[in-house]
Amino acid sequence: MSVQTPPTPLSGAGAATPMQQRVEGTLPRWAPTAVFAGAAVAAALLSGFNIALFVIYTVVLGTLAVYVVSRVREGRRRAADRTVTSIVTSAFGIAMVPLVALIWEVVSRGAERLDAEFFTASLYGIIGEGGGAYHALMGTLIITGLTTLISVPIGLMTAIYLVEYAQGRLKRAITFFVDVMTGIPSIVAGLFAYALFVLIFGPGIRLGIMGAVALSVLMIPVVVRSAEEVLKLVPLELREASYALGVPKWRTITKVVIPTAIAGIGTGVTLAIARVIGETAPLLITVGITNATNFDPFDGRMATLPVYAYYQLTQPGVPPEFAIDRAWTAALLLIMLVMGLNVVARLISRFFAPKTGR
Amino acid sequence: MTATRTPSDQSTSKPPRRPGDRIFASTARGAGILILVILAGVTAFLLYEALPALTAPAEEIPGDEGLVSYIAPLLFGTLLSATIALVVATPLAVAIALFITHYAPRRMALWLGYVVDLLAAIPSIVYGFWGITWLAPKLVPFYRWLEENLGFIPLFAGPTSATGRTMFTVGLVLAIMILPIISAISREVFLQVPTLHKEAALALGATRWEMIKMAVIPYGKSGIIGGSMLGLGRALGETMAVAIILSVSGGITFNLISSGNPSTIAANVALEFPESTGIDVNTLIASGLALFLITLGVNMLARWIVNRRADFSGAN
Amino acid sequence: MAKRIDVSDLNIYYGSFRAVEGVNVSIEPRSITALIGPSGCGKSTFLRTLNRMHEVIPGARVEGKVVMDGQDLYGADTDPVTVRRQIGMVFQRPNPFPTMSIYENVAAGLRLNSVKMKKSDMDDLVERSLKGANLWEEVKDRLDRPGSGLSGGQQQRLCIARAIAVEPDVLLMDEPCSALDPISTLAIEDLMTELKERFTIVIVTHNMQQAARVSEQTGFFNLNGVGQPGRLIEFNPTEKIFSNPDQKATEDYISGRFG
Repeated sequence: MSVQTPPTPLSGAGAATPMQQRVEGTLPRWAPTAVFAGAAVAAALLSGFNIALFVIYTVVLGTLAVYVVSRVREGRRRAADRTVTSIVTSAFGIAMVPLVALIWEVVSRGAERLDAEFFTASLYGIIGEGGGAYHALMGTLIITGLTTLISVPIGLMTAIYLVEYAQGRLKRAITFFVDVMTGIPSIVAGLFAYALFVLIFGPGIRLGIMGAVALSVLMIPVVVRSAEEVLKLVPLELREASYALGVPKWRTITKVVIPTAIAGIGTGVTLAIARVIGETAPLLITVGITNATNFDPFDGRMATLPVYAYYQLTQPGVPPEFAIDRAWTAALLLIMLVMGLNVVARLISRFFAPKTGR
Repeated sequence: MTATRTPSDQSTSKPPRRPGDRIFASTARGAGILILVILAGVTAFLLYEALPALTAPAEEIPGDEGLVSYIAPLLFGTLLSATIALVVATPLAVAIALFITHYAPRRMALWLGYVVDLLAAIPSIVYGFWGITWLAPKLVPFYRWLEENLGFIPLFAGPTSATGRTMFTVGLVLAIMILPIISAISREVFLQVPTLHKEAALALGATRWEMIKMAVIPYGKSGIIGGSMLGLGRALGETMAVAIILSVSGGITFNLISSGNPSTIAANVALEFPESTGIDVNTLIASGLALFLITLGVNMLARWIVNRRADFSGAN
Repeated sequence: MAKRIDVSDLNIYYGSFRAVEGVNVSIEPRSITALIGPSGCGKSTFLRTLNRMHEVIPGARVEGKVVMDGQDLYGADTDPVTVRRQIGMVFQRPNPFPTMSIYENVAAGLRLNSVKMKKSDMDDLVERSLKGANLWEEVKDRLDRPGSGLSGGQQQRLCIARAIAVEPDVLLMDEPCSALDPISTLAIEDLMTELKERFTIVIVTHNMQQAARVSEQTGFFNLNGVGQPGRLIEFNPTEKIFSNPDQKATEDYISGRFG
């Protein structure tokens, strides 16, 4: 946890104030870092190697020590400044603790079962050791694919409408409700899909397509927002150039505007997929779980990776350890999928952006 | 928009639009309207399926005491966990946003931003896994300490849960989950603070903290509030992490560190729905409707605050 | 090819605001007509009404008549898209399509309209248009490179090539040289004098020397004050405008007393 010293323009400022006249000197650049290192050692001894207490002790002791040292050497105002610097830097450090701990935990527990069988076998007829998540992985890919098929056309056309056509009240209403839609809890989206399909098929219905509908409610607003942003970035001049050639508006949009924005749209869609691929709650109540492989989203329950992980952890059966291992591997696979999609998104925006160089 | 002798007969002389244009424009418009229909549909279908529970006699609702007393503890748990999350996350997120925008070296700022955003990319079920196996046990000694030293405060009355699967743990995990959204929106508004305001403060001889206090925080205040509200909306609806971590038993209590906790609406639906039939399903949907309306209200308020600020910044 | 345009009693509005009023003018074929005047006087707005480009802006509309060789451009059954195919336009800032190569940029007018054409015919058309825009020699070896990789002046000539590839009757130019350096400007001016053999050209310019150098006819736009509509003050042969204008305001503007 290193601490930045403020830039030099601040140190000479306000030399005329009475407070500054009592300043005896400034601390060297390394001082706060050293103080925090000392605090960390003390905290390690005090906390008895409990990480939660260690973090709390380090931040509290370090900040206090920095304040005291600076108060003595530099005066009240500089001490306050340094204290805030310590707090702000610590805040970032604290936020990193769960991230690192979480990834470490999932990788170390999940790596064990990340083997070929995990990707090729289902849970059909498996009791205890072995088995895999082939059926769940395929289910996740099928349902996410369907979700994308539903969400991208609706989301993209809505974004086109908002940027190219809409005016006045309807535009404001759609913009506002798209924003509101981004805040719908995922479980509510699941309940909506259930309530919709129950009217058609009767109570107790579970289908892959229901999950796709539920996830679409979550994905559409994300696609709209990101596509809207990039469509707005397409210069008006390009549209005018196209109109001036006697090209109708719809061809201008499909052949000039969208190709120009395609990298941004691709990035946005990929990030939107990453957002829904790990959703558990809506699938739990619309798609359910099964141990066998089912590729048909219009016929019965399907397994999906997040729901699979959930049931393997919470209902492991006897003996529990094999199912729990599978749960962690499924969680690891989920994280890998999400992170992979994030990387793909960045690559798309880097390599498919319109070429402007010579 | 057409050639007319007088503005009033404008509509009569519209030129023939190309069929391609007409079809494309109405498809786009249809997609936009579909969004409104979906949102209306969510409300309508939830209401329709919740209706049996709303009209059913009290003894048919799980718990035999009617819908209100079924939902009340869940609602309490939802609000309590989200409040803890908000109280913990907001100062932390604002501090992180300040660190990235005003303290970290320029070159690193972008990457540090990515790293914080990674927290938002992790699926909520993985947070549940991590919370129950890593965080909860590690918090137990801390809870013991709270019970011994601050036990006179009802929040920490104990007895401390042996597993750490408490309301407080849930609040902390939710705080981590909503951290990225609050910090992202705060970051955005902090970056929009006019350089002139900041330089004016520095020219008066302010230290960096005094400059932030004078120029950055006042300017970014509504952004922070709006971001926190969005975070609150997210925390209210968060399901899987709560469902996995929280040890549920008992009703309304402010005791944050014991093993007897009320559930939340979302977690309760996730836990009960798969095994429910008949009127129980309608009851769960009714609770979901309540959650939907609450988050809808919170989000609309948040958007209103954020958008109002956006209008102002245009004038600046 | 090269048609005349007659404008009568033209008023242009943005919503309820009247931006330009009472324009009556005849634009001769096979000649260059320059429009000059201070900023905000409505000369660009007027130019954009000639091929109905102003309709792109929400709320814009016109009253009056614009007739091209007997064809009413604002007739009830006239499609603005058809008008724009007959009347091409070149903009202030060069705007080649960034996703397309030089070749595709020139072919864009036809390709975007899905006109089917043999490859060899298309090649001929691209070569002819680039030659017409004095760009062929500079780009013939890199037709498949992005158009946005060219220099500013080359990009503007590429845009001219793109505009003439659809073989319009009239070419409108909205300050085509204002973003270019003097040498590129000269190249465009030379090009204009060549193009006027085949097209009717209307150019809006801030540069009075440019108007004097290239045009046969000049129109001077002015407005009485902020919030007032712009008006066509004087329309005369270029020589007369720059030596002995009818209106006092024109003389003041040309001699640099205001604007």
